Amino acid sequence: MSILIIAEHDNTSLKPATLSTISAAKAIGGDIDILVAGAGVDAVATQCAAIDGITKILTVDSADLSHPLAEALTPVIVKAADGYTHILAPATSFGKNTLPRVAALLDVQQISDITKVIDDDTFERPVYAGNAIATVKSSDAVKVITVRGSAFDAASAEGGSASVSALDGAEGLGVQDKASFVSQELSVSDRPELTSASVVVSGGRGVGSAENFAIIEALADKLGGAVGASRAAVDAGYVPNDYQVGQTGKIVAPDLYIAVGISGAIQHLAGMKDSKVIVAINSDEDAPIFQVADYGLVMDLFEAVPQLTEKV
Amino acid sequence: MKILVPVKRVVDYNVKIRVKSDETGVELANVKMSINPFDEIALEEAVRLKEAGTASEIIAVSIGPDKAQEQLRTALAMGADRAILVSTDKAIDLGGVEPLAVAKTLKSIAEKEGVDLIIMGKQSIDDDSNQTGQMLGALLDWPQGTFASELKLDGGKASVTREIDGGLETVSLTLPAIVTTDLRLNEPRYVKLPDIMKAKKKPLETLSEDDTGVSFAPRLEVVKVSTPPARSGGIKVDSVDALLDKLKNEAKVI
Ligand SMILES: Cc1cc2nc3c(=O)[nH]c(=O)nc-3n(C[C@H](O)[C@H](O)[C@H](O)COP(=O)(O)OP(=O)(O)OC[C@H]3O[C@@H](n4cnc5c(N)ncnc54)[C@H](O)[C@@H]3O)c2cc1C
Ligand SMILES: Nc1ncnc2c1ncn2[C@@H]1O[C@H](COP(=O)(O)O)[C@@H](O)[C@H]1O
Repeated sequence: MSILIIAEHDNTSLKPATLSTISAAKAIGGDIDILVAGAGVDAVATQCAAIDGITKILTVDSADLSHPLAEALTPVIVKAADGYTHILAPATSFGKNTLPRVAALLDVQQISDITKVIDDDTFERPVYAGNAIATVKSSDAVKVITVRGSAFDAASAEGGSASVSALDGAEGLGVQDKASFVSQELSVSDRPELTSASVVVSGGRGVGSAENFAIIEALADKLGGAVGASRAAVDAGYVPNDYQVGQTGKIVAPDLYIAVGISGAIQHLAGMKDSKVIVAINSDEDAPIFQVADYGLVMDLFEAVPQLTEKV
Repeated sequence: MKILVPVKRVVDYNVKIRVKSDETGVELANVKMSINPFDEIALEEAVRLKEAGTASEIIAVSIGPDKAQEQLRTALAMGADRAILVSTDKAIDLGGVEPLAVAKTLKSIAEKEGVDLIIMGKQSIDDDSNQTGQMLGALLDWPQGTFASELKLDGGKASVTREIDGGLETVSLTLPAIVTTDLRLNEPRYVKLPDIMKAKKKPLETLSEDDTGVSFAPRLEVVKVSTPPARSGGIKVDSVDALLDKLKNEAKVI
């Protein structure tokens, strides 16, 4: 078995989701190499070389890859894929955007969002918003897989000494004229990243407004946690889109998840029900969220949350 | 401009699904079925482009059982001009027609119809694959704007704002292109009774797997489908102090 991991990075540092993907690769077994494609990726390559258990880092360094456009990355990854039995990427917006293009060109049916490795060709993945778990066995020659970060521990970022070399024959592969990057508007925050935080405090429609979200943020800050939200809170404009937790948002599994003013729709539960401890604060004692909560507090959130922040 | 909108028949998002007791799949008999919600958003966007005079024709396509005609009729009622059903007896949620086969089928239809834009869902809420649009983009060698929260067309270009993990990103695509929808792109309209009546007269063509020249044979064998372990029921606490006590001394998470 030989596995190629597609590193997710911003040309400066490696995104933590890649480390979880590496743990999934280790569960498959075999040699693990990492592809670092981007512009000015030396620092990222060095970081990857230090990860425990990696054989080889392949780099493709080109101004054409300064933004991770799927159209530009796909031919590069397809070129790098030659000879590997498995191609893995994190199931983040980056991996979801790019890897199916690679799979299609390799004529492979991708396996999305795996949560468990059974053996080298059989994997578990949640379907129907996590209300069913499918065990699937691939008959494709190459397995193209995205990995759910919350389902695998991060591999150790230290202790490795992989070789670093440029991928041969990749010159010019990232050139394309059909898609171009225009701009981005990234949320800036000092809080831990939502999908890897050990504490997440999420607010829903019950929070009522963008201003009121300050009480959710205050509690998160006191606990050193990240802030999440339900779709309803995002749709209403209380918080940016990248706060959405759920089936079609981010999947989180922190040690402590506090759901505030969230009813507990299956689409929301899909994104947080693997958290270790779940707390629900809701004024409706029949809210479905209480069915998954370890500790439920039936109380007005405007009373409960400030008290909690003060006393914690 | 011709727009293609693929629509998938899926279990309605409000249904709490049940896994079959023999673990071969999910119970679909007597379950409410709907258009995949992301495909409704795609249809709405296409219809708005037609209303704005940008689009000339909207073609809705579904690969699925004969009953997917229901979803295609809804698509026609929402404003699609005609519909194509690629009829199959194979499952379309698990263990049957997979995203790669769907993408190949859509490619053949897009090429035959000569469409300029494909707007489709980012994800089916049954298989949760999030693959088909990207695969179709690669097979056609078209650019893609996935997870779109805004779409603007100008000349031969599409400007797409995408919902990404860190926030928002805008890309510019040269048409023909593929856009996959996210939740914030628009709010789909409700279909009105007169539109449902009108939709009955709109053309709905049926093709078979053989007509498309694409094999629907699955690449993934579904070994089993199981119910995830349920969380054991928790308790209710009656005050903030009691909650804090539990979190500190019982759960030991703070
Ligand atoms: C295709 C699709 C994809 C979706 N994807 C997602 C997803 O990824 N993530 C997601 O979250 N949702 C998703 N949804 C939406 C989901 O179905 C629900 O609509 C949504 O989760 C509801 O959000 P909410 O719980 O905040 O709002 P509501 O259901 O309106 O609940 C608000 C809650 O706040 C409580 N409340 C109100 N005031 C107070 C107060 N003062 N004090 C205490 N409690 C109070 C109420 O009792 C209620 O329980 C999706 C839906 C579809 C169709
Ligand atoms: N059987 C199908 N018929 C029509 N469109 C489909 C079908 N399967 C998937 N699609 C389209 O592809 C999108 C993404 O689906 P998926 O890759 O399965 O998550 C859906 O939102 C639909 O627009």
